[in-house]
Amino acid sequence: MAQFPKWKIIVVLLVALAGIIWSAPSLMPRETTDRLPSWLQPVSLGLDLQGGSYLLLEVDTTYVVREHLNSLVESVRTTLRKEKVKYADLGTVGRDGVKVRLLEITDRDRIRPELRKLDTSAAFDMTDDGTVTWRYDEQALRGRINQAVDQSLEIVRRRIDEMGTREPSIQRQGVDRIVVQLPGVKDPDHIKSLLGKTAKLTFHMVDESTSPEEARAGRLPPGSMLLPAAENERGLPSAYVVKKKVEVGGDMLADSQATFQDGRPVVSFRFTTAGGKRFGEATKENVGHSLAIVLDEKVISAPRVNEPILGGSGIISGGFTVQQAKDLSLLLRAGALPAPLKVMEERTVGPDLGADSIKAGAIASGLGLILVVLFMVVIYGTLGWLANVALVLNLVLLTALMSVLGATLTLPGIAGVVLTMGMAVDANVLIYERMREESHSGRPLLSAVRAGFDRAFATILDANLTHLIAAALLYAFGTGPIKGFAVTLGIGIATSLFTATTVTRMMVHLWIAVRRPKALPL
Amino acid sequence: MNFYSRWVNKRIPNFDFIRLRYIAFVMTAVLVFGSIGSIVFKGFNYGIDFAGGILVEVHIEPKADLHFMRTTVEGLNLGEVSLQEFGTTGQDVMIRVQRQEGDEKAQMEALGKVKAALGQGYEYRRVEIVGPKVGDELKVDGALAVALAVLAIAAYVWFRFEWQFGVGALVAIFHDVIATFGLFSLTGMEFNLTAVAAILTIAGYSINDTVVMYDRVRENLRKFKTMSLYDVLNLSCNQTLARTILTVATVFITVMSLLLVGGDVLRTFSIAMLWGLIVGTFSSIYVGMPILLYFNLRTGKDEDGEGKPEAAAP
Repeated sequence: MAQFPKWKIIVVLLVALAGIIWSAPSLMPRETTDRLPSWLQPVSLGLDLQGGSYLLLEVDTTYVVREHLNSLVESVRTTLRKEKVKYADLGTVGRDGVKVRLLEITDRDRIRPELRKLDTSAAFDMTDDGTVTWRYDEQALRGRINQAVDQSLEIVRRRIDEMGTREPSIQRQGVDRIVVQLPGVKDPDHIKSLLGKTAKLTFHMVDESTSPEEARAGRLPPGSMLLPAAENERGLPSAYVVKKKVEVGGDMLADSQATFQDGRPVVSFRFTTAGGKRFGEATKENVGHSLAIVLDEKVISAPRVNEPILGGSGIISGGFTVQQAKDLSLLLRAGALPAPLKVMEERTVGPDLGADSIKAGAIASGLGLILVVLFMVVIYGTLGWLANVALVLNLVLLTALMSVLGATLTLPGIAGVVLTMGMAVDANVLIYERMREESHSGRPLLSAVRAGFDRAFATILDANLTHLIAAALLYAFGTGPIKGFAVTLGIGIATSLFTATTVTRMMVHLWIAVRRPKALPL
Repeated sequence: MNFYSRWVNKRIPNFDFIRLRYIAFVMTAVLVFGSIGSIVFKGFNYGIDFAGGILVEVHIEPKADLHFMRTTVEGLNLGEVSLQEFGTTGQDVMIRVQRQEGDEKAQMEALGKVKAALGQGYEYRRVEIVGPKVGDELKVDGALAVALAVLAIAAYVWFRFEWQFGVGALVAIFHDVIATFGLFSLTGMEFNLTAVAAILTIAGYSINDTVVMYDRVRENLRKFKTMSLYDVLNLSCNQTLARTILTVATVFITVMSLLLVGGDVLRTFSIAMLWGLIVGTFSSIYVGMPILLYFNLRTGKDEDGEGKPEAAAP
């Protein structure tokens, strides 16, 4: 029978073979698949099936902007002081600008280019009364936020890598979000607490001209600030007045380790060459004074500088526990976040629950498959068997495509697979019913078969495409497990289109060629 | 020859489906308005995805002391909390805590309090925390997904057929979607992201059914140029009846497998799917089809056709 071209048979067989090869790893135990090449791996399981933790983080963008404005304020202050310009009202305006008033007319033209140069991404303006403003437009701020989110992503990745989590996935989502997926993590509390710290480390000189009590009473010298102590240890002050000027920042650290000093957990650190030089100068100038080590606006400790520290390394001791020292050194190694992160959403599934879900899903799929197979045989006999072969091939191709595409199987995804089985045979039903009709209306066997496939195809295509639309929107708007459902549903629809039409057609033709039936068994 | 072909008549059945349309319209109206009424007056039992808050599933060996747990968690003053035993062993308890006042941090702190108050010996099998912002976003996304799906599907049908069919499909899916929303509202089943997935799947399934019938209507309209629209619709329903029954049966089988052995997480989904199967099939025959009767699909004489259907095609 020449109706079904040989090359098509070969293509179908090749596709089936490829499907079997790529779906096979999904049925193998983990020890076996670990040794397989990276292009031949089982379908990856969602966190709801393998257990793990999903965290949705948000970067505090208002903080990013505020910090950006503040840093401009500080550069303006430094510049004006250096140039000995008298000024007033230096500060931020609104959410997007910085302002200062120059008091003497003579200064204006002299300082103007200098001030403009401070940040060229801002719109610069100087009025007749000497008020200078820098204003950022939406785009400049967005660029800054974008940069901060990228930085945060990198820092989050480093922190999580430092913790030695297995195969973490850290991705940016939208403007200001970061999605962290941690397979196998049972209790994300520790990770959350580490991600919740900005870990901005700075060294400041303690302002010894006043006291925290004076500062609390409102007498705070300009250029100084009142910071609380990190831990209230007995015999130590609960707050410090420190100079705003940063002597050295944590961005100049090269390494940091948790270690012990006199039997107590401490954190050792080492500066980069440039950082070591600045630290050396700062300590040389301030021998005899106290140097505050500030982490996230809290003073960890304020040791007295007994001699210049020129080696570029030092030790932070602050009454840590072993865990605290470990965490702090990890945070310092990984670097500071440009802005605080907030955990917006957390979903954690324990490995046992995941295993239970896999078991329930497998049983439901198995039961569904057996029942559909039986049903098709009872209804259509031989043709039912052919449809069943197509159905099984559909499942094989679905699995294979999911692993090739790197799609994730979730629990709702399993439901998608089960539903796909019910709906995939719908195409066969449409074809067979059409064949029956055509045959009953008097067409000879072969003609009825051909008409059955041809006429049913348009219907099947329409029905599947509309269904695909629903799956696509589910994918676009769904999150996590629901996305997984949409993926399985979508791929299942696509593969069923192939198996139910081309593959079934081939089998029906081959069957007729071999058995030469007189009439359709319908 | 097998069981089915002996049972199925050689000729296509000849039921007058369209005659019953007024009864069907009443049922449709009751379903739709009942659902809308329930949604408006009763609302939904929003799950954590949309409402925000905390959901914790704990496993306790050898047995859960529900009374102790309840008094402990309720004593924390976290607003509305609910504890519920599930499964058959008496070792699994689901704890829900309402969305806390304040921002995301407040939710995290509340979880910390619950964990601290319960103490040791609990295995946390599932912990979900959804902050208020995310919950609101998911709500918007879910609503958008459903609305867009309904519109996109109708647009596709319009594009592939004619506008009358597009409108028919739109009304039919709208019916199914509203009826499923109504099911969730009326039964108080937890309405969450999985429910949205169920609704979209139902929309997809139901349109599948509708398209199959529309396809036949279009074909018959071309084939039998003189047949009244009334008869064309009836004929199309009858011609596709065997397929409708068989497909409902296979999907029913698979949904039942999910419902019976698919585990707790998929239970709501399966119930919704089962309901969708019923209303979807109903709407394909009794909403999608008769609605075509009121559009000028054909100009001329076949505006009404209460008469006896002509003999079907040989």
